[in-house]
Amino acid sequence: MTHARTSPRPSRARVRLFRLNGTDHAALVADNVLLLDYLREAQGLTGTKRGCDGGECGACTVLIDGSPRLACLTRAQECEGHHVETIEALAEAGRMSRLQRAFHERLGTQCGYCTPGMVMAAEALLRRDKAPDEAAIRAALGGNICRCTGYVKIIEAVQEAARDAP
Amino acid sequence: MDGLPEFRVLTPRSVAAAVAAGARPGSRFVAGGTDLMANLRHGIGEPGTLIDLRDIPELHGIAAGPLGLSLGAAVRLAELAEHPAVAGPYPALAAAALAVGGPAHREAGTIGGNLCLDTRCLFYNRSAWWREANGYCMKHRGDICHVAPTGKRCHAAFSGDLAAPLLAHGAEVEIAGPHGLRRQPLGDLYAEDGAAHLLLAPGEFLLRVLVPPDPWPAAYAKARARGAIDFPLAGVAVALRLEGTGVTGLRVALTGTNSRPFLLAGTDALLGAPVDAGWRERLGKLVQKQVSPMRTTLLAAQYRRRVAAALAERLAGHLADAATP
Repeated sequence: MTHARTSPRPSRARVRLFRLNGTDHAALVADNVLLLDYLREAQGLTGTKRGCDGGECGACTVLIDGSPRLACLTRAQECEGHHVETIEALAEAGRMSRLQRAFHERLGTQCGYCTPGMVMAAEALLRRDKAPDEAAIRAALGGNICRCTGYVKIIEAVQEAARDAP
Repeated sequence: MDGLPEFRVLTPRSVAAAVAAGARPGSRFVAGGTDLMANLRHGIGEPGTLIDLRDIPELHGIAAGPLGLSLGAAVRLAELAEHPAVAGPYPALAAAALAVGGPAHREAGTIGGNLCLDTRCLFYNRSAWWREANGYCMKHRGDICHVAPTGKRCHAAFSGDLAAPLLAHGAEVEIAGPHGLRRQPLGDLYAEDGAAHLLLAPGEFLLRVLVPPDPWPAAYAKARARGAIDFPLAGVAVALRLEGTGVTGLRVALTGTNSRPFLLAGTDALLGAPVDAGWRERLGKLVQKQVSPMRTTLLAAQYRRRVAAALAERLAGHLADAATP
């Protein structure tokens, strides 16, 4: 995987202001830097996974203003003025969120590589719809590919998280 | 995938500023970027400047009135699918918006982006090294079409979903550019050439889509390799008006099968008759005759030809059943 590309016209880094996991953030970032690279390489937020790296698998799903977005097709520059949330934002005081716990307890994760993307896509759903039916869960996770679980346990995990919601 | 090439991004806040920015050589318009970013990461195109159109207020908003629907080109597909002025009276349009990619694509992707989507091909949507190893192709850097090596043109397929229902509803597009605004039927935006399918002059971009009021009942369906997230192998929109049991209006639009989306010609011959098995068969034959899928997808061209016909027949049947008490 190469990220170096020579060009006569280097993209200039500029300061972009946005919220990152609930905190105001000033990012010094060039216009052509992908959000995925910014999160992983510049911020060390490696919970967001590089999967297919081409917009087809959902492993890099993050939330922008609460909606699921693919960090591999999003420029960091686009996030100016918006709120970016990654999987790292879900745990509270070192404890897994209800949704994360449900994935853990329902065995909704095996190798785990797709899990952060799955969890963020499910998080976006549950914020909008407190009691989604199975069809809504399947639709919300439709852009996330898992090669281990067969999806059943993942759907059960989201159902359990919704059931346990206060 | 590779990283993005070097470019700077401009974010104009007015149509005039966007038009001025579009005069820069090597500039390119972008909105959600779900297709463009992937292509740029594949080394397809090296625009020095990207002009992000999403900060322009005129490109936002969905308005319904006596003249029909006005859809801003930067309206996101998720927004379009859920909007009550769309989901109720224009179910085919909402269905097509919901059939684009996965949820995260629809949160970023826009109406304008889907209508101006680049064409796709097995030999084009590939990494830089793959295409280089294959000697490139007519659409980018090379000079032959691997799909039809003896042919004169690129056969990459147009793969936007929205164009089909919008054509079936007789939509028009408003285009902004260096020579002001112009308005034209959506179909006139496209040409049957995979390497030059969009008839936009340099510096032009879509402002709005205008859909006439009182739409005929319509439906959209697509065949795709992966049900949850994929471009259409064939996408079909049917708009059907019945009086009693006789068909008094029929418009069928196709996408995914040719280098442009298009309205099926010759549907007048199907007017006046009821939608029965024989009628559906005639419709299917008409579709098979006019679509020209090529070997641009992993699935066979003949499958796409037949599935386009089957979808048209099925949709017309459903619409007729729904209209008959």
